[in-house]
Amino acid sequence: MIRFDSVTKTYDDGTTAVDELSLEIPGGRITVLVGPSGCGKTTSLRMINRMVEPTSGRILIDGEDVSDRPAAQLRRSIGYVIQQAGLFPHRTVLSNVMTVPRLLGWDRARARAAATEAIEKAGLTAQQAGRYPSQLSGGQQQRVGVARALASGPQIVLMDEPYSAVDPIVRAELQDELRRLQGELGITVVLVTHDIDEALSLGDMVAVMRYGGHLAQFATPAELLARPADDFVASFVGKDRGYRALGFADVAVSPRPERTVRLGEAVPAGSGWVLAVDDAGRPLGWADARSWGGPLTESRVRRFGTIARLGESARLLLDAALSSPSRRGVVVDEHGAVVGTVLADDVLDALDARST
Amino acid sequence: MNALALTWEWLTDPASWTGAGGILAQSVAHLRYSFLALLAAALVAVPVGLWVGHTGRGRWLAVNAAGAVRAVPSLGVLFIAVLLLLPRLRGELAFELPALIVLVLLAVPPVLAGTYAGVQATDPAARDAARGMGMTGTQVLRLVEIPGAMPLIMSGLRAAMLQIIGTATIAAIVGLGGLGRFLIDGQASRDYGQMAGGAVVVALLALAVDIALAAVQRLVVSPGLTTAGPGR
Repeated sequence: MIRFDSVTKTYDDGTTAVDELSLEIPGGRITVLVGPSGCGKTTSLRMINRMVEPTSGRILIDGEDVSDRPAAQLRRSIGYVIQQAGLFPHRTVLSNVMTVPRLLGWDRARARAAATEAIEKAGLTAQQAGRYPSQLSGGQQQRVGVARALASGPQIVLMDEPYSAVDPIVRAELQDELRRLQGELGITVVLVTHDIDEALSLGDMVAVMRYGGHLAQFATPAELLARPADDFVASFVGKDRGYRALGFADVAVSPRPERTVRLGEAVPAGSGWVLAVDDAGRPLGWADARSWGGPLTESRVRRFGTIARLGESARLLLDAALSSPSRRGVVVDEHGAVVGTVLADDVLDALDARST
Repeated sequence: MNALALTWEWLTDPASWTGAGGILAQSVAHLRYSFLALLAAALVAVPVGLWVGHTGRGRWLAVNAAGAVRAVPSLGVLFIAVLLLLPRLRGELAFELPALIVLVLLAVPPVLAGTYAGVQATDPAARDAARGMGMTGTQVLRLVEIPGAMPLIMSGLRAAMLQIIGTATIAAIVGLGGLGRFLIDGQASRDYGQMAGGAVVVALLALAVDIALAAVQRLVVSPGLTTAGPGR
């Protein structure tokens, strides 16, 4: 657990970056510090590993004041990932990842073994381990940054806008992997971002900060969306927070049975929208059989938007229904096979039933 | 005979190459001064450049002092140094030291500028990551800044060496050996073949040393700093 105890940081020019921050960051979870630029989120993060020294107040890790340990020694025990990855260009990926183990005085063989394992965990290949950073894409560099932070097996990892510089698709991939890694390793992650979506999707706990270094609210994502503490939080969380809150709402919706058709099967005209599936029962798309009939061909099958998995949030169920040409959202089981469909009304009714 | 033919004749005459005052012996003497001067300049300029680049302190002084030194005419310094040192030193040293001073003064600015710029150009994110992972100030310098600065440090040394080899010819003015002898002696005896030939040898020597230093550069600079573009 990391505890901020009335921590204030005032710079020499008189600006207060962080003002009387008190916060308890739970161990073994992902905590996200989020807020507009100038809210002191990065300064707060950097005070944990003493890259910035507080003007007053204390920061405790498991009850120990961070200022009691020499800064370099403290930092070697905490993983550190930054926006531009900050890899050493003259070193190979492997040698970059070996940095902290070597600083800790591990011998070469042990450091190499730990680095190799971390590289694999971060989703990089043994071949990439021998490359130099300039030979990697931005997303791959960021993976190396994560591997480098994990190599010595720290309990705490600090991440400063780690995914801001990569494109949205890679970002989503890296975010998923962070979730997986955090769950696997049970580490404490403190992550700074200005992106509320990232905060809500990654954080077990989210600290919303406002300009001037004040903590506006510290809560779970569901709580932030359902009960924002004030107008600032409400507006920062966004106008569509009612819809977003559905992402955290578990609803009991039983899918309706849906008749499925395989390619080549004859479809009588006037059957309306029919759901095409492959031999394993996985959805292929919808075919419009309102004014057409005959054997189903691939060209007749329209792609559809999203598919919800059984037991997923109300948001995904609703989205599946709304993005489907038939207005019936496809629900699949854990193998990807069609279980049935839901209507938007089914989801809304279930939500109503839950709140009454 | 025209000048080219005279030069060719001198260069191809075996007698020009061998013996105590031959091209080979003078080349060795020339190289000795040159490397001595480069070494002395590096011993001064590299640590100062590292310090300035790492701390960001004294940048103004380093830049301006290096600029001022560049503006000083070598020949003038040589004569002043000889006049000042001649009464105080004995033998060869009284002439050798002034020549070395000139060459070192010449070499310090490019080496200093290269070193300082190389360290200064370290990616701020890499420096931040290095500190954040628990490197001490000296470790950041030794493990991140110096390896990253190697390309520019080496360019500084190579630029300095080219200037030194060219300028070391003036050692001959105060009676020392080196390839400058052919220029001075050739002029004195109106042997234009020898003069031009000496100049050609100086140029070739500079080229050869630069190629050798380029090879050294390839050895000490990480391939990570020269490979460009993502090779996914």
